Formats: sequence, C-alpha cells, structure tokens
Amino acid sequence: MEPIIRTENLSISFGGHKAVDRVNFEMPEKHFKSIIGPNGAGKTTFFNLISGELKNTEGDVFFKGQSIANLSSVERTRLGLGRSFQITNVFPNLTVLENVRLAVQSREKIRFNPFKHYLHYKKITQDALTILEQVLLENKAHHIASQLAHGEKRKLEIAMLLALDTEVLMLDEPTAGMSLEEVPAILDVIKSIKSRGDKTILLIEHKMDMILDLSDSIMVLFNGKLLADGSPSEIMNNTTVQNAYLGGLYDGELVET
Amino acid sequence: MDLIFSLIINGLATGMLIFLLASGLTLIFGLMHVLNFAHGGLFVWGAYAGVFSYAYSGSFIVGIIVAILTGLVFGFITEKLIITPVYGNLVQQILITLGFMLVLQEMIKVVFGPNVVAVKVPELLAGSWQLGDIIIIKYRIFIIFFGFIIFGLFHYMLTRTKIGLVVRAGVMNSEMVQALGINIKRIFLVVFMTGSALAALAGVLFAPYSGAIYAELGMEFAIMAFIVVVIGGMGSFQGSLFAAILVGLAGSFMAYYVPYLSLAVNMIIMVVVLIFRPQGLFTTAKG
Repeated sequence: MEPIIRTENLSISFGGHKAVDRVNFEMPEKHFKSIIGPNGAGKTTFFNLISGELKNTEGDVFFKGQSIANLSSVERTRLGLGRSFQITNVFPNLTVLENVRLAVQSREKIRFNPFKHYLHYKKITQDALTILEQVLLENKAHHIASQLAHGEKRKLEIAMLLALDTEVLMLDEPTAGMSLEEVPAILDVIKSIKSRGDKTILLIEHKMDMILDLSDSIMVLFNGKLLADGSPSEIMNNTTVQNAYLGGLYDGELVET
Repeated sequence: MDLIFSLIINGLATGMLIFLLASGLTLIFGLMHVLNFAHGGLFVWGAYAGVFSYAYSGSFIVGIIVAILTGLVFGFITEKLIITPVYGNLVQQILITLGFMLVLQEMIKVVFGPNVVAVKVPELLAGSWQLGDIIIIKYRIFIIFFGFIIFGLFHYMLTRTKIGLVVRAGVMNSEMVQALGINIKRIFLVVFMTGSALAALAGVLFAPYSGAIYAELGMEFAIMAFIVVVIGGMGSFQGSLFAAILVGLAGSFMAYYVPYLSLAVNMIIMVVVLIFRPQGLFTTAKG
C-alpha cells in the first residue's frame, strides 16, 4: 500500500549548514510514529519541511504518492496535513470555545459537503464542544484563552488541530514547557486520539519514556540525519541510538560500535 | 440645562457620524494592517451619490441605499485595484491611498460639478420637538438612533456569526487564521467593502445634517476618523464608538464655550491618549 507520507532524500541547507540531510522515510496510514533526537537534531526543521513552513532545498516529499514539495502550508493543510507548533499558538482574546469553533468552520471549507453547508451555527458550536470534551477542556469552554494555564493552552491547540479533522496530525512537542503534573493529562488526550484509530500521527518528543508505549514506530534524527527507524524495542536496543543519547560521540561524529 | 441638553444631542449626532466613518477604518486597519487614506473619498462619494439620487427620486431611503451600493462598489474596486498590490508595505499604502483620495475628490467635481450642493432634510425628519425649554432637532435624533442600530448590528455580526469570528481572530493574528486553512484574502475584501459602505452611509447621513456638501469634505472628516481610531485603539470596534462619541461631545461643548479650541480639542485628547495609553483606550492586545 502507498504510504501516506514519504520523503526522498529530503534535505534543507541554511547556508553551508545542512539541518536536514537526505532523510528517507515512509509513514503508513493510521500509523503512530514518534521522532526523537537530541536538541538541534533537526526534528522541528524536518516537521516544517513536511508541513510546508519551510521548502526543501533537495529531495522530495510525497503525500499519498503525489509530490507536495511546491505546495504552501495552507494547501498542505487542505490536503490533510494538520500540525501543531512547539510554541503555543492560540487566539488570546477569544474564548476557548471560539478558538475551536474557528477551526471547525475552516474544516467545513476544507471538505466541502453540500449537506453540511446549510447546517446551523449551533451545529458548529456543538461540534466544537464535542472536541473540547475529547481534550478534557469542556469545563473551560467560556474562558478567555489567554487566561488558561500553559498545559491547557496546549490542549486547546490540540483541540483546534482535531477540529480541522485532517488525516495526518503532526504534534511538535506537545508537552514542551509543561509542568510534570500537566504531562499525564496531555498523554491521556494523545492516547484517546490514538485509540480511535482514524488518524495518522507524527509526534516529536524529547522525553523517551513518554513515547515508548504509545508509538508504533520511532525514528531517531541526529545531526539532521536519519539514524534509525524501527519499533520501540528495536530502537531501545539499537547501540547507535544509545551512543547518540548516552554520549558515545565526539565532535558530532558517531562512533559505530 | 436646555443648553447642555442640546449640546449633548449635537455632540452625540456628530459622534455617530464619525463613528460610522471610523468603524470601517479601524476594522480595515486592525484586520488588514492597511492605512486607508482614501476612506474620506468614499464618505464624500456616498454623500454625493446619495444626495443626487435622493433629489432625483424624492426618497431619502433610495438615497441611503444608493450610497451604500456606491460604497460597496467603490470598496470592491479600491481593494482589488489599489490595496491588493501594496499589502504589507505601509509607505506605499500611504502614498497610493492618499493619491487615490485626491483622485476621488477631483472626480466628484468632474461628475457632479464643482459647486457646493445644498441638501434639505427629508420632510419626515425635518423640524423639531419642543419639550419645555428644550428644542430637539428630529434629524439629529434620527442620526443617533441610526448610529446605535448600526453599532448593534455590527456588534452582533462580530460576536455571533461565523464571519465575525474570523474577523476578530484575524485582527489578533491573521497568519494563524490562514494556517487554519481559511482564505483570509476573501475576508479582507468583504471587510474592506463593508467599511467603505459604512463610510458612504456616513456621507449620505451627514449631508442633510450639515445642509451642504462639497468635494473637500472627505479630507476634513477623514482626519476626525483617524483621530478617533487612534483614541479608540486600532482594530477595536467598541473603542471607535466610545472615542467617536467622546470626540463628538468634546467638539460640541468646546465649540460653544471655547470656540477657538474646538478643533484643537480633538488633537489634545489624542495627544493625551498617545502619551498615557499609546495603544488606544480599547485595544485588542496581540500575542
């Protein structure tokens, strides 16, 4: 079966520096893949190349077999690639509900359905509330977004991403900047999205332990290169990965063992 | 007492007219980050188109409708032809919209003639009521009433409809609205046309109020609208209502008590606001 996302020698250089270096990977549909790697490994840059925030300088990226390298991020969102950002990105002066409703509205334009076209405003509000329940935020629906705690803002962001109803969800460090107490709630949200089984999920995460039992597969980026890609247990037992994480490297050169 | 009452009515009526002009301006600036100096041109075109069709048809309602249509059409043309090429470039925007303002103003003279046109108040709204010592001019009450209806209508649209939500979100962060896959360019056009229609509406309502219209009117009123936008906070709809009423009342009281300060007072309010609250009284915070 054709993978939903595929890259071919995907690279980007900033001046002389290759931030992402000839990465080849495939993402089957309804798959949960996590991307890990130390700081500066190129995880977010790789994300940006897939979502369209950055344009690759070499190689190609495919969505359902069709090259999307020349499409803007908006066009890619419409095709079905939704992403969240490492930095929280919500509309500060709208209520939580309004934030989600905005995303629900835009989805209706993404997937035009003549039967849905005449649906009333109330239906949109209802949809938005349902999504807020999924991210365990329904009790905050009428709060102004800027007054939420950091963890709640991340939840809201995920809610907006869910509301877009794209086939692929790309989550860039959803637990970044969160306090320890807030992390389990986000994990629950991600688990519940995964358990419904209708999304392809690509997750960037720093904390290894958090993703081991969630992921179908894990890929490791290091200095812009794809170091390994495999099931969680394979990755755990991969000595190259252990070296990269545990410090068996010198001047950026990996010591193969 | 009766004097103060008349001054208040007078100030409110002027304030409402400025509000109609400023509300479009503030939404256009807040959402699109476009400084539209041609806004006054739409005001004066609304006034002339409305007055001439009012004189021709004999019905003020026809005049109002024609003025609104003129605003929509001119708004469409202005956005497509003048604004679209200069999105994101403030200096070019100022130059081209200021130039277009002059073109609109001179075109008035070409189309409608260079003379001052006298306008009568429609019969139904002419005259005044007398309450004891207080004389209430009907047309001013009509303007105040009309202004509040427009405010209520737009407030409802901004807070309770789909497009209103997109506009409010766009004022905060238009790039992110786009990231959600919403075509913000189309919203820009709708907002620009609506703002232009409001300016034209202000023009036609102003005509019988002042009794005479002339081509340079647009420039004079646009300055008042800009002051109001600065005081109320760029992008704030409620702010523009509040600031417009403030400016209207200040102008009407000053004109009576300290006439030589009547124009300066608006500038003084603006300067004070800029010193103590440079973001405006009601600004929508970003970030």
